[in-house]
Amino acid sequence: MGRRVGIVGVGQTHHAAHRLDASGMELIAEAVTRAFDDAQITRDEIDAIVIGNMDHFENINYVDMWALEGLGAFMKPVFKVTTGGTTGTTIAACAFYSVASGLFDRVLAVGWEKNSESDTQAAVATCANPVLERDPFAGAIGPLATEYSMYMKAYGATEEDAALVAVRDRNNALNNPYAHNRMKVTVEDVMNSPMLSYPIKFLDMCPRSDGACAVIFASEEYAKKMCPRPAWVHASVVRHDYTHFGDLEWQWMPSLERASAEAYKKAGITNPLKEFDVAELYLPASTTGVKWMDSLWFCERGEAPKLIRKGVFNMDGELPVNPSGGVIATNPIGATGLIRVGEAAWQIMGRARDRQVPNVKKALVTGFGGCSWSDVIILGADLP
Amino acid sequence: MERVAIIGVGQTKYEQNKSGAFAELVYEVTSKALEDAGITVKEVDNVVSVSSDFWDGRTISSMAISDASGAFGKDITTVEGDGTFGALYGMMRILSGHFGVTVVVAHHKGTESNMSGITNTAFDPLVERKLGLDSVSSAAMQARRYMTRYGILEEQIALVSVKNHGNAKRNPLAMLPMDITVEDVMNSRMIASPLKKLDCSPVTDGACALILASEREAKKYSTNKKRVWMLGVGHCADAFRLGDRDLSDTRALKQAAKKAYQMASVEPGDIDVAEVYDAFTYMELMWLEGLGFCDDGMGAEYLERGNFNFDGEIPVNPSGGRLSAHPVQVAGLAAMAECALQLRGEAGDRQVEGAEIALAHGINGLCGQSHCVWILGK
Repeated sequence: MGRRVGIVGVGQTHHAAHRLDASGMELIAEAVTRAFDDAQITRDEIDAIVIGNMDHFENINYVDMWALEGLGAFMKPVFKVTTGGTTGTTIAACAFYSVASGLFDRVLAVGWEKNSESDTQAAVATCANPVLERDPFAGAIGPLATEYSMYMKAYGATEEDAALVAVRDRNNALNNPYAHNRMKVTVEDVMNSPMLSYPIKFLDMCPRSDGACAVIFASEEYAKKMCPRPAWVHASVVRHDYTHFGDLEWQWMPSLERASAEAYKKAGITNPLKEFDVAELYLPASTTGVKWMDSLWFCERGEAPKLIRKGVFNMDGELPVNPSGGVIATNPIGATGLIRVGEAAWQIMGRARDRQVPNVKKALVTGFGGCSWSDVIILGADLP
Repeated sequence: MERVAIIGVGQTKYEQNKSGAFAELVYEVTSKALEDAGITVKEVDNVVSVSSDFWDGRTISSMAISDASGAFGKDITTVEGDGTFGALYGMMRILSGHFGVTVVVAHHKGTESNMSGITNTAFDPLVERKLGLDSVSSAAMQARRYMTRYGILEEQIALVSVKNHGNAKRNPLAMLPMDITVEDVMNSRMIASPLKKLDCSPVTDGACALILASEREAKKYSTNKKRVWMLGVGHCADAFRLGDRDLSDTRALKQAAKKAYQMASVEPGDIDVAEVYDAFTYMELMWLEGLGFCDDGMGAEYLERGNFNFDGEIPVNPSGGRLSAHPVQVAGLAAMAECALQLRGEAGDRQVEGAEIALAHGINGLCGQSHCVWILGK
């Protein structure tokens, strides 16, 4: 069995729709520098680097090569991983396995995106099969709108249930100085916002942001020396079952059900709602904050709306979800999953400031990407 | 440390204008590799895909190959870059203790791509891209610098082409087996001075898959003869901007090679056969120097003496190399596959007798900015 791995430092940019003050490389350097400061180390103490983003957003080929100076990777080992929306959690998993393998002691994971330089929807559209699916499923919103429509029909969930999630995440973002969208909203505001693709409205949906995130992973030996309270990696699992959109189950999310079940098994979790203290979930639209709660085994299929209405996932609820404001507040796509990991790590390290949930021992992280790509990472305060 | 083995390899024939979609190439090589390993997809628990949205012309390109690679219901991830880096991640996943039998699969349909446009996007978008640079024109600058620094002649680098296209005649998978002379290379069309057509690798379609397993599982599923051990690996990247590097310098390769040799406890002299990334003729010489097979600037002289020939001291690119088939991203993985076949004694007419330790090499970025060096052994 490989080595145990802990997170010892996190850095992220101040995210915004247009970071006109910084190039992509400068965004990367901003996050990396802050991660070094958080871990109180210099670039000399990094053994290897993993980076990722989505190619067609900035149209930079071989990003690992281009970003070298921003990463502090000159004359160091570096390579790139990329899996669409889950890129951020894929980067984290890669850094985790790199350290666990014993080949590297301290690995820097970096995700970034400068979406203001991209045509995001056009780039996303080409993920679909060019002959069969590119027309109906172009862009990120269509499939999400489809799945929630079917969920509403199957289980009686409502647009207001989704609006409750939007209100929760957006208001949580008020406590996060790094968040892109920080606005106080009500259910009425969400319901009255412009319809994008029924039933998803403007305030239900994630933005596209400029930003970067860097997370430092270290072996047990180093982590204990580098950090008073490292966030230990207890599990990392990926499931992906896309071939064609028509092959997917739409009322529930089999890939997330399987990924979370496997991750819970690895981490010894039997009652996720009770055992997790906080969750940073990749919820690209508020609708997924309803529907996917079923798939994370917090309740039986179709029961999620009841939990949402009770406020179970609010900051003062049983399991606070997205204290950071989540993806609908901040979405530099290649970094988004890694921000979930970094925020969850900060919760365990006690460094989440105004958005800190007291006494976090176990944290749940998810990543989501096109299409139906589900990553689940579990972090803990205790050694795995 | 636990060891990791390559227990199966699968390759397409490398050629132009393959008719299948790239997922079909992935299916072909994954099936072949599983068959080679004597296992089924049931024994595999994770997949590392090597894909690029640029070359595939499709966002999240790896999304389209998950079924073809046998990843349904399994852990799948994607490395973007040369296949050697994908193999590295596959090995690290196994060493982490979290994964068992691992498929590493790379695909490329060069004939559906635009080489110049796609490699142009690897340059800085603000300054260098507008100059129209691509992988060939930047390589030409590197060739010039290397030849100027060490006084190498065009006829000398042309000899690499003669050797590798000649080697390809013994490899049924190679795309360009050719009987040519230095004169043929010199008379071929100028692409970007000093590189002529026969100094450059071709646009190629193809795919390659390796099956990796931990020592315990390798011994469970395969025989001694079929197992090839991944003894050492190293990777390292130099500065991005061409102007920030001396393009004739191979410091990143030297560092990567040093690490790989140390991990495997071998020296360059122990290598019996090498597959190095000859995207252009001059590159083979530069990389051989960086790998420590000879001193800097001496590659051409060693080549002329026949040291790197099929029957030489260290046969280099017995497969025909990238000059004879260059599916980008697949190429480094194919180099590893060739080394595995050599070590298994299954390389047919191109078998290097008694090969016990092999070296495979891949590059990322422009002018070999980043290198990954593998030492494989019986």
